[in-house]
Amino acid sequence: MGFFHRHRWLTPYALLAPGTLWLVVFFVVPLGFLGYQSLEENNPVELTSSFSWAWHNYSDAISTYHTQFVRSLEYAGLATLIALVVSYPLAYFIAFRGGQWKNLLLLLIVAPFFVTYLIRTLAWQNILADNGVVVGFLRDIHVLSANGRVLQTGTAVVAGITYNFLPFMALPLYVSLEQIDSHLLEAAEDLYASKLHAFLRVTLPLSLPGVFAGTLLTFIPAAGDFINAQLLGSPRNHMIGNVIQSRFLNLNDYPEAAALSFILMAAILVGVLVYARTLGTERLTG
Amino acid sequence: MTDHMTREELLRRGVAGASILSIPGLLAACGGSSSSQSAATTTSAKQVPHNIHFSNWTLYLDIDEKTKTYPTLVKFEKHYGVNVKYTEDINDNPSFFAKIKPQLSSGESTGRDIIVMTDNSPYPALLVEKGWVEKLDKAAIPNIKNLRSSQRHPAWDPNREYSLPWQSGMTGIASNTSLTGKPLTSMDELLENPKYKGRVTLLNEMADTMTPVILANGDDPAKVTEQVFNAALNRIKKAVGSGQIRQFTGNDYSGPLAKGDLAAAVAWSGDVVQLNLDNPHLVWNVPDAGGEIWTDNMLIPNGGDVYTASLLMNWYYRPDIAAAVADYVNYISPVEGAKEVLQKSDPKAANNPLIFPPDETLNSVHVFEPSQLNNPDYLSKWNALVTA
Repeated sequence: MGFFHRHRWLTPYALLAPGTLWLVVFFVVPLGFLGYQSLEENNPVELTSSFSWAWHNYSDAISTYHTQFVRSLEYAGLATLIALVVSYPLAYFIAFRGGQWKNLLLLLIVAPFFVTYLIRTLAWQNILADNGVVVGFLRDIHVLSANGRVLQTGTAVVAGITYNFLPFMALPLYVSLEQIDSHLLEAAEDLYASKLHAFLRVTLPLSLPGVFAGTLLTFIPAAGDFINAQLLGSPRNHMIGNVIQSRFLNLNDYPEAAALSFILMAAILVGVLVYARTLGTERLTG
Repeated sequence: MTDHMTREELLRRGVAGASILSIPGLLAACGGSSSSQSAATTTSAKQVPHNIHFSNWTLYLDIDEKTKTYPTLVKFEKHYGVNVKYTEDINDNPSFFAKIKPQLSSGESTGRDIIVMTDNSPYPALLVEKGWVEKLDKAAIPNIKNLRSSQRHPAWDPNREYSLPWQSGMTGIASNTSLTGKPLTSMDELLENPKYKGRVTLLNEMADTMTPVILANGDDPAKVTEQVFNAALNRIKKAVGSGQIRQFTGNDYSGPLAKGDLAAAVAWSGDVVQLNLDNPHLVWNVPDAGGEIWTDNMLIPNGGDVYTASLLMNWYYRPDIAAAVADYVNYISPVEGAKEVLQKSDPKAANNPLIFPPDETLNSVHVFEPSQLNNPDYLSKWNALVTA
């Protein structure tokens, strides 16, 4: 009889061991080290830092950069909302009317990801260029003034974030919409529900797990993003990601950057918990 | 046994697969550290030129547009039988330093043999102080005698043991005359004229942008007191807040400037001449109140091949080679004798005020007080402004 046969209670733990080990080595340990670093005192002249329970890193971070924190959450929230509004009809169409084209359409959604993130965002610099087609068109229909521009404004940054994270919203939505049993919709119609009513009472609630997953997958990375703000924004549109990057790279101020990262993590965690509570987790996990 | 995989089989195959997949990673990790050790021992043991990696800024070497090769570099490669990997991966000093700092501080090789950093940033002095750059092999650089006397004893490397100038340049105002009418010559216009709102960029390095603004305020950048600094900073802050300043850039202002997205930019002297090939309406001048002058220096980071890098530096201190480079990049050459070569081969270039500035131009450009370049308070305030 094998070892695990005699000590059956060990088996689940043994199976969990690789995953746990991975999480511990690549997540818990770095997080602990980052926390340690966030409490160090930075010496910019010597380019070194030493541990000294420097809680002021946290208070300095919030007092100096609260504008960027709020702005990041605003931009990420706006981008998530727009992505949801755009992705839902898209995912609905593919799930219910896709037929034999489903796989091709899904591939088309994911296709831009074959090009690296940075290049895609740089492409937007060209698309939204002051003398480009898009801005020219907007000026012609008087949405923009004659000198108006889109690049280096908050609009461009939100547009870039929405574009870059759209597949993260569309794909979970598609998955949850696809799983909806069409018989339920038939039953609703048999019970005198109009198409719209059937959508609101049957499809929408059943797709909420997808909405929840999609918004999380979009909002969380978007809040920490810095590429879009750097390439498509001006200094007035910088997000907390830019601040962390410049603290880390330009000023070699690792403790402050670590403190900023923790604050961002905490803010997002709190936001997600509140969101989960509001939506009601029982319904979301089916 | 049967068609189904048992749990034991899965685990066994999984472990085998994982160990096979991690072999390349382990090899790379071991290979990396041993190659840096071997580089250090080879240079002291044998004086044989090896292939090297030269990291530089953009628009900084003569290039043949059709074949996309660098003529002076190709000549060097043929002469010594080495291969030079030339990458234009330096956009600004702080981000490049951040790229190489992790390896330098842990004693590993950066993979580069020559890097080029500007003396208006704290990094050359920092690199020398921390011992993160190798000493030049002066025996391999007889042409060092061609170095201009004014460049022989900078404060941060008094005997030129660790560095040699690549080019010098000036920071001034580049303007797109098709958008501005006449060339812009005043920082006041750049910072405050609402006609150019949102179509102006500044450079993201502190000394590059602060020096012209300090001069425009009537102060002396050779003595940057807290008052002088704050006055200039607040002026720029206002311009950022009003939306006048579109972005803070490194060398990446060149694209938008050529495309016509920008009316004006604080820019480096030689770039505009090369950009003129794309956009003939671009002009560059020193601002009325004064501009900035800086020198880019070649350094050998730890782990680089000292002998071959020294050979390359020596090559570029040949007057004829230096003349070819200066003729193309339009920056100030540190090599004595380049002007004489150009006078015979390309007299227009010999009289180009960007390559060989007359005294009156040299008197109108200044440097930011070197001891204040690493002032943490100033750097922190500047950084807060640039990331707003």
